[in-house]
Amino acid sequence: MIEIQNLTKEFGPLRVVDSITFTVKKGEVLGFLGPNGAGKSTTMKMLTGFLAPTAGKARICGHDIESEPMQAKRKLGYLPEGAPAYTDMTPAAYLDFIADIRGLSGATKAARIAAVVKQVHLDQVLHQPIETLSKGFKRRVGLAQAIIHDPEVLVLDEPTDGLDPNQKFEVRQLIRSMAKDKAIVLSTHILEEVEAVCTRAIIIAKGKVLFDGTPEALSARGPLDEVFRKITTGDRVAAS
Amino acid sequence: MRNTWILAKRELSGYFATPVAYVFLFFYLALMGFLTFYVTGYYERGVADLQPFFALHPWLYLFLIPAISMRLWAEERKSGTIELLMTLPISLGEAVMGKFLAAWLFSGIALLLTFPMWMTVNFLGAPDNGVILASYIGSFLLAGGYLALGSFLSAITKNQVIAFVLTFVVGLLLVLSGTPLVLEFARQFAPDVIVDSLRSFSFLTHMNAIGSGVIEVRSVAFFASLIAACLAACVVTLDLKKAS
Repeated sequence: MIEIQNLTKEFGPLRVVDSITFTVKKGEVLGFLGPNGAGKSTTMKMLTGFLAPTAGKARICGHDIESEPMQAKRKLGYLPEGAPAYTDMTPAAYLDFIADIRGLSGATKAARIAAVVKQVHLDQVLHQPIETLSKGFKRRVGLAQAIIHDPEVLVLDEPTDGLDPNQKFEVRQLIRSMAKDKAIVLSTHILEEVEAVCTRAIIIAKGKVLFDGTPEALSARGPLDEVFRKITTGDRVAAS
Repeated sequence: MRNTWILAKRELSGYFATPVAYVFLFFYLALMGFLTFYVTGYYERGVADLQPFFALHPWLYLFLIPAISMRLWAEERKSGTIELLMTLPISLGEAVMGKFLAAWLFSGIALLLTFPMWMTVNFLGAPDNGVILASYIGSFLLAGGYLALGSFLSAITKNQVIAFVLTFVVGLLLVLSGTPLVLEFARQFAPDVIVDSLRSFSFLTHMNAIGSGVIEVRSVAFFASLIAACLAACVVTLDLKKAS
């Protein structure tokens, strides 16, 4: 459902993403790992149509993000880095706005809003301005916004960043529960998150894919953080 | 069109969700009232019309319009919500239009709230209400043109102060280019064509024309094309540098 082909992004002389290729099928949860500045967010920004790639293609459910942006964006839920939101609104008003833009209306809209509010546990802060909420709640508002239209493709940029251990656990559970009928890509630099939720892991550094395989294959090589360090600082490791 | 309206609605409710709208409206009305009654010598003229009031608009808008327009895109950039907006199924044109419409409607609400002026003058005498209506329409068009310009200038920066100052300066040039001071100065060395086009680009020229009670096609076309050109420039700017 997600196809990325030789995706490349250059900012001036700097090549931030260097010819990345991968596909994600329905039912897969792809963990996107890498040190800071590796090109994870840039790849996601290109995949979701925010940034135009310098070269290469990204397709969502068969729709090219550049030539058919509307069709592609309709199939897509996206949590950008830092979970930006219109913070002067309350979660209730904000989700209502996103649902409107997503083309939901009437009873369907009310039902979907109620469902996501329950899924990410927003009920107690529903009528407080988002700017007054804690980091954890803000992140959950961002998640609710991304899944409100029950998209086939979900792209989450650091979905558990800033959450406490309990909230992290809940978000991971939520992601797992949605995984069955979606294609999900999430970026993280928490290594155990990959083992906890992902069916597949890609490690990138300096814009290149250095590892593409199952979390099991990754952990079979030794303790995760050591393997990660070896891969991202050392030579290219053959993908399994 | 549907998306444009949804976004405009959100924006407009955003204005009123914070004290910003109320503070703005308060100062807008206070300033308009104070300047009209105490500075323009409104009572001393002994004429029942709103001409001194409308003559103030191009000058007051120099401060008030950038205050509305500066945040339009600069804030989206700064807070990162532009990334959210641009990855929703809404086209760039719809987004630019929606945010502009909200700002224009807001300036329209502020303008409508000056109705006590109109009541006062009708209480004091028998003004030509047709002229007053035309002037209100003219002022609304002027606000629209200036807001579109401000929207474009807000799109080129993520700093609201820079957006404010840029919009103020360009607005000042567009108002001043119609004053006798500038026109006489230009006449000394420039051919008539230049002087005339300078005058025809001025906010002042078009406001004066409409303020005399006649809504000329020329003036409406001027503001309509100003709005269209600035919004198009805004779309292009955002497309080129969304992320930076």
